Amino acid sequence: MSEMKTAAYLCSGCGIGEKLDIASLSKVAQREGKMMLVKEHEFLCSAEGVGMIRADIAEGVTHAAIAACSRRAKTEAFDFPGTALSRVNLREGVIWVVAEGHEEIRQEMAEDYLRMGCAELKKMKMPEGNPGRKLNRRILVAGGGFSGLTAALAAADAGYEAVIVEKEDHLGGHAAKLAKRVPFREPYREPVDTGIDALLEKVGAHPKISVHLESTIAETSGAPGRFFVKISGPAGEKIEEAGAIVQASGFSGYDIAKLPHLGGGKYPDVVDQAGVEEMAKSGNFTKKDGRAISSVAFVQCAGQRDPEHLPYCSGHCCATSIKQAMYFKEANPDTETVVLFTDLRVPGMGEDFYRSAQEKGVIFAKGKVSSVSEAGNGLRVNFRDLILDEETSLDADLVVLATGQVPNSGVNIDLPEEGQVSVLNLNYRQGRDMPQLVHGFTDSHFICFPYETRRTGIYAAGPVRRPMDMMQASVDATGATLKAIQALENAALGRAAHPRSGDLSYPHVRLEGCTQCKRCTVECPFGAIDEDEKRYPVFNESRCRRCGTCMGACPVRVISFENYSVDTVGAQLKAVEIPDEFSEKPRILILACENDAYPALDMAGVQRLTYSAFVRAIPVRCLGSVNTIWITDALNSGYDGVMMMGCKHGENYQCHFVKGSELANYRMSKIDDTLNQLGLEAERVATHEVAITDSARVAKMIDDYVASINEIGMSPMKGFG
Amino acid sequence: MSESFERYRSNFLREVEEKVEEGEWVKMCMQCGVCAGSCPFGPHWEHSPQKIFMMIRAGKREEVLSSDSMWMCTSCYNCIVRCPRKLPITHIMHGLANYSHRLGMAPKGQPTRQFAKLFWDNLVKKGRVNELKLTMKHYFRNGFSAGIREAMAMKEIGQGMMKAGRINPMEFFGGHAVKDLSGFHAMLAKAREIEDRKKGFSD
Repeated sequence: MSEMKTAAYLCSGCGIGEKLDIASLSKVAQREGKMMLVKEHEFLCSAEGVGMIRADIAEGVTHAAIAACSRRAKTEAFDFPGTALSRVNLREGVIWVVAEGHEEIRQEMAEDYLRMGCAELKKMKMPEGNPGRKLNRRILVAGGGFSGLTAALAAADAGYEAVIVEKEDHLGGHAAKLAKRVPFREPYREPVDTGIDALLEKVGAHPKISVHLESTIAETSGAPGRFFVKISGPAGEKIEEAGAIVQASGFSGYDIAKLPHLGGGKYPDVVDQAGVEEMAKSGNFTKKDGRAISSVAFVQCAGQRDPEHLPYCSGHCCATSIKQAMYFKEANPDTETVVLFTDLRVPGMGEDFYRSAQEKGVIFAKGKVSSVSEAGNGLRVNFRDLILDEETSLDADLVVLATGQVPNSGVNIDLPEEGQVSVLNLNYRQGRDMPQLVHGFTDSHFICFPYETRRTGIYAAGPVRRPMDMMQASVDATGATLKAIQALENAALGRAAHPRSGDLSYPHVRLEGCTQCKRCTVECPFGAIDEDEKRYPVFNESRCRRCGTCMGACPVRVISFENYSVDTVGAQLKAVEIPDEFSEKPRILILACENDAYPALDMAGVQRLTYSAFVRAIPVRCLGSVNTIWITDALNSGYDGVMMMGCKHGENYQCHFVKGSELANYRMSKIDDTLNQLGLEAERVATHEVAITDSARVAKMIDDYVASINEIGMSPMKGFG
Repeated sequence: MSESFERYRSNFLREVEEKVEEGEWVKMCMQCGVCAGSCPFGPHWEHSPQKIFMMIRAGKREEVLSSDSMWMCTSCYNCIVRCPRKLPITHIMHGLANYSHRLGMAPKGQPTRQFAKLFWDNLVKKGRVNELKLTMKHYFRNGFSAGIREAMAMKEIGQGMMKAGRINPMEFFGGHAVKDLSGFHAMLAKAREIEDRKKGFSD
């Protein structure tokens, strides 16, 4: 590797030059930052300013500190591939947030940020992309139902090979069992052909798609770009290599026998929606005893939105019942059809479809069904009419229970139960299937990243991810396929997939220092780290999302990234000058998640909200990457307090790395011992949840915290660091 | 079969569609309740339009047609303006009232119905409304002494209207008619005949 040549560039534009003493900042960069080259410019992001930096890089500068605006601003101007870069946030972080009349502490703040930037820069290495990379433009699709077929076709049409693994002896799944489907496009009036035959034909004829029928996945190993999938089929076992995987394992209908109060499993003329499709497909609308059906009652939410059965809404069943009522009206307009619902939910343009059924004379009644019993030759549905507010009943020849979708998620790796059959059979340390988010669905982040699962390169699509209808499944399958393509292409270049898409850094581990504590292998939110036979961690870099949770977890600090490590952050916090105990100038360290909290701090600046100039903020990739050594180092060096700002955790979390914020919170709950040892108050370390929109709140949070530290008093640790 | 055999069957709904003005709209109600919430008379009705529509679907023929609810409609049109399904609710209410009246199921002595009858009879007689006679008939609907009391209470307004020439006391004796009274009556008879044919009334 060539010599490191450092340079610092100070911008005086955007009012920085008027508010700060640039000449003395230059001296700080030279004398304390030890920058080999220091230059000032009045408009650094201009073509001229950028040209100056480029010329220096051509002359041999390898590491550049840009003291100007936030790292989130002017990223296109300050883009120097191959050069290590640190950004010193003088604009959003200093001049825009320090109240007027505090010139001295404002200058101190700027100088500290410059010291920090220089210190960080010297610890940075240029990331080179992870090893173990491989290009494989083949996507394995687990499941040959509507979602799986759509995914395979989307991949193949995009020029990628697709391999479908289907456990049945035919493709098509539930969709092939439907007589017709709900329309996807206007006029939204009549049930339409499912299109499954045309889809099957396309898939069958596509040269890039191959199919394994009556097959299951016996084992999945590897990582994006180099998955090895052992397929067990009638002809024995076969290994298929794939760059990425789409899991479209679909759903099973909720068993109506679990609903005896609604007559499920008790009376032959109580059926589920699949039962009606069978009738419609054969055209034989008769009761089990062969008599004609003159009246049908549809019971919506049967065993759904019910804590004793499925607690959720499956989303498609209202439209499906509407469609099925139309089957009966089509066969015989005199058939009485009543849909009993508590809330009729028809997403998309389903409202038009609902209206069409009303025009055809389907009766809709808002009622909560309590039971189904026998009455004469037929059935009686007992319910409470919620509009007329009375207990009532109606008689019908056939009762259809609109039951929900149960995802085929495989093994619940967090709470395994007897009888669960794995779908993927991953040989990962953290379990054989993907983690489930809620109610057994294989989802990861429904708020921000609906297509991103917690196993990089493996994407769930269709009703296994969340309950949905065919239209949503077709969108879902296409989305998952695009993610799969993105993941395998990134993996081939040794880059991170989402959300740090394109990041070339990857975790380096110094195994000789490892104590086999397993924290990293257990805590990695993405199951990227396995264990070898000696129980050392085995990093599968292509599976890594570069959040740094392993780095935060490691008690012996042997895990680091080239440009983000215990040292890069440690050097920054140690670069801050700590005034003595009697200066009345406390120093508060802020470790802010770069995804939400740091932008919120920047936005406070953009809105010219002011906050205390005693804080020094360091962005971190995720709060999960915060190693407790940073906290102890900070307190040992005389900081008066540490604020940690991360995303919302727990239920409805907003952490980009799912578990990072939660883990940080958990780790900090144990920091009291350390504080006790140091003889410090528990309040000196605080964790906060900050959303990206919290700019006003974060400014107040800082001022309140500084006030509370002033109340406790200055840290006694100053001067020993 | 039991009484519940008829419940939630479409026979009454079909009857309403055939016989009631704008009745074909009833099936399109989505039970959101905006009409019920918008009605200025809401708290005074036994059944809101939303409930009436549900009762029709539930097959409650007797209860709907003998209800006084639709007679309480003041034609403010709030419900029509607000109905997300664009149901002409006011018209349906009048249609239902009219139908129940024709069937003889409308509640006897219901005040708005009584007044509507007075108004119609008054109008038909001469082809225009005789305000003096209409007022008198209305005041004296509950007998002589009650009529005097009501008339006395409105005395000042009546005198004011006479002074302003809005009411002519001579109208009490016969009153004037439209130019072609027999033509007017023939027109009404024809309209009735057409309506009966359309709606299938035989009386």
